[in-house]
Amino acid sequence: MADISINFAGITSPNPYWLASAPPTNTGYQVQRAFEAGWGGAVWKTLGEPVLNVTSRFGAHHFNGQRVAGFNNIELISDRPIEDNLKEIYETKKRFPDRAIIASLMVEPKREKWHEIVKRVQNVGVDGFELNLGCPHGMSERGMGAAVGQHPDLVEKTTLYAKEAAEVPVITKLTPNITDITATAKAAERGGADAISMINTINSLIGVDLDTWNTIPNVNGMGAHGGYCGPAVKPIALNMVGECARQPDINIPISGIGGVSTWQDAVEFILMGAGGVQICTAAMHHGFSIIDDLNEGLNNYLDDKGISSLNEIIGVSVKKYTDWSNLDLNHKIVARINNDICINCNKCHIACEDTSHQCIDILTDEKGNDYLQVREDDCVGCNLCSIVCPVDGAIDMVELIPTEPPLSWNKRQSALQTLNSKN
Amino acid sequence: MGNLLQNLLSAEDLAKNFDESKPSYNAQEALDEANRCLYCYDAPCIKACPTGIDIPGFIKKIASGNLKGSAKNIMEANPIGASCARVCPTEELCEGACVLNNSTKPIMIGDLQRFATDWSIKNEQVLFNAGEKNGKSVAIVGSGPAGLSAARELARLGYQVTIFERKEEAGGLDTHGIVPFRLPKDISLWEVEQVEQLGVEIRTNTEIGKDMIADELIDNYNTVILAAGMSTVPMLGIEGEDLGGIYDAIELVEKTKNKNYPKEFAGKHVVVIGAGNTAIDGATTSVRLGADNVQILYRRTETEMTAYEFEYEFAKQDGVEFRWLTAPKRLISDHGGHLKQIECVRMELKEMGNGERPRPVEVKGSEFLIDVHILVKAIGQTRHMHIIEAFDLEHNGGVVKVDPETYVTSNPKVYAAGDVIFGKGIGEAMVVSAAQQGKETAYAIHQQLKDSCTESA
Repeated sequence: MADISINFAGITSPNPYWLASAPPTNTGYQVQRAFEAGWGGAVWKTLGEPVLNVTSRFGAHHFNGQRVAGFNNIELISDRPIEDNLKEIYETKKRFPDRAIIASLMVEPKREKWHEIVKRVQNVGVDGFELNLGCPHGMSERGMGAAVGQHPDLVEKTTLYAKEAAEVPVITKLTPNITDITATAKAAERGGADAISMINTINSLIGVDLDTWNTIPNVNGMGAHGGYCGPAVKPIALNMVGECARQPDINIPISGIGGVSTWQDAVEFILMGAGGVQICTAAMHHGFSIIDDLNEGLNNYLDDKGISSLNEIIGVSVKKYTDWSNLDLNHKIVARINNDICINCNKCHIACEDTSHQCIDILTDEKGNDYLQVREDDCVGCNLCSIVCPVDGAIDMVELIPTEPPLSWNKRQSALQTLNSKN
Repeated sequence: MGNLLQNLLSAEDLAKNFDESKPSYNAQEALDEANRCLYCYDAPCIKACPTGIDIPGFIKKIASGNLKGSAKNIMEANPIGASCARVCPTEELCEGACVLNNSTKPIMIGDLQRFATDWSIKNEQVLFNAGEKNGKSVAIVGSGPAGLSAARELARLGYQVTIFERKEEAGGLDTHGIVPFRLPKDISLWEVEQVEQLGVEIRTNTEIGKDMIADELIDNYNTVILAAGMSTVPMLGIEGEDLGGIYDAIELVEKTKNKNYPKEFAGKHVVVIGAGNTAIDGATTSVRLGADNVQILYRRTETEMTAYEFEYEFAKQDGVEFRWLTAPKRLISDHGGHLKQIECVRMELKEMGNGERPRPVEVKGSEFLIDVHILVKAIGQTRHMHIIEAFDLEHNGGVVKVDPETYVTSNPKVYAAGDVIFGKGIGEAMVVSAAQQGKETAYAIHQQLKDSCTESA
């Protein structure tokens, strides 16, 4: 059994899975149920000035019969009295002292407001704070959430205010609704953040009803943008984590959030630099019991790899993530079709023929049976055929022996420059 | 179910026995199954469908919620696509060709086709319009799968089409000859209605040679299509065939299609002679009529039986027993002139050694008796010889000779399609093949007549 516990910016938890600050962590009842199921930590639903919520609140993007490829919400921060939340945080921590309880906070970007709430919550005993500077709907219209998170200077200042009063680690949660997330990540670090977490939800409109022409979801016939999350946002979140992790001047831990649904997703975030992950949509879709497979799958993965501690793989893929200009122009892969596995659906053929490089032929063997073959000279190694192929193992992307030494665009340009300056 | 109980089958229970046996997909099942389709390019299922339905196309439209478009795809290629969804041997055709046979399990194409066409039936959709009249007329003899398909296509091309149908209701085999628990009559009648909506006139209760003579059709229409199908089951040619309790399988099925359920099967022993799909129909119908024991007698073996695999399975699940290498020799009467016993004889297959299939021959002295109350004959069907002769067409033992490309007979004004051209080792007996032949005949006629259409219009 590998050690899957983490020490994230000084906050320890028995496994890397925390429930993200969201509906699943709205009450002590829910968080205690999650801890009973085995979750390592929970970021409590954001505390701040009491709010009013609307109905309806959630929407989901279903795809080809698969429910909840993506999920969106227009729910605000906690609408329960702060005293009730604090009492339940205290009770929960007392019952589960080994689990991480992080209080998510959101108030106006004013020093005294932050000092006040940090001190008040700190008194009941939490393991850390997460500053909600990312909520993209509702709160942002009141100058909070993403309205703060989109301005690096406000991110820096707010982090600083919280740090001034906090005696436990402070995690600044970042919004993806920004051109370059590394700018706000750096600002958080300048403000003294012990860690950053990303991503909060992405501005979204789930859909429009074809009969009523109302937005989905709608509130009495009107809609407003929500925050998008769930499996569909994972690649966006993973990139943002990777971009921050590979910045030489960002040197604080990252809590990975965004579409983590399986232990494999978690491993990917961790390989790409996350020191732990937060999960919401998968739990909302299936309940807290998914933690069983999340833990066991991770454990088996590490055991199979002969890795004794999760810590050993944090960020090991970061060095493999770079700018396009550093990629090797002379690297060559081609598609090869395994005709014994291929079921002849011809999807690779038509995908290549209509939308890529026209290099998969449908041929007929001497027995009159059709088979598919790649003209390797014309194949650009784009992967499309293997992506659309419905059968595992029918198409391999094969690395060819390079005929030229590795050469990136950057190296090529500098070589040309050297050549030109010599002439 | 015991004898007593079966004797007490109420009329309502009996009718329920003949409801469609397989439930249709609900919307969620259809969506789930449709989403499994890979949407192959140059899909083998299309090539395996005799009518060439764009199967991935209609399935994709189910997945997208475009059910009208889906039904249109199906019915465009196959004017009796709702019936075929139920009666096609799909595992030998589209589903058998599905590439998923090689990875998981094939798409249930028949069930999806049924879902889309049922939607169209329920929502009373008009899928096709008649073409602009071109001034030409076609007479069609028979309103079964081939006749209806030809009529539908000709009407869309602007022909004035009149169908002459011997029976009271149109639809041929689909309406009268396929057991209602597999194909309810309404489905076939909906397909008839679809064709009538295009302005095709169907004159029912009109028999050639009785109500009309063949020459009237030849003289009064530009072209005639003979699509009369086949007739009753032939005589067994053994002693006692005139006894009470002897049924023709085709007639028996037709009775149940018309909700006329013979009472005398309840609690009785039934023997069915033959091993084609009609024999299976006779047997499973007998079971539903309350028979206590149903046996199929066949003079060859399981290997030679012509019933589709799924029909054979269906009969076995119904509890039908099979006696291979057994032939009836004599039917024995009780005192009242009703069947009491069958004298049977065991057969063996003898290799002919000249490339022909092994022939069943009697095993001398192997005669034995079976106690039986009812016998159902299902040893093939006879031909409408008098009609073929009325048109004076060349034929081979009742199989009308046609040009395989154009379906034109020995009379250049007369075309033929469907069961009248099937047999003696030529063609296919499937409903779906008849539908395709009807379409092809229509196109061949149009090819022949189209040049003169505009001038006379």
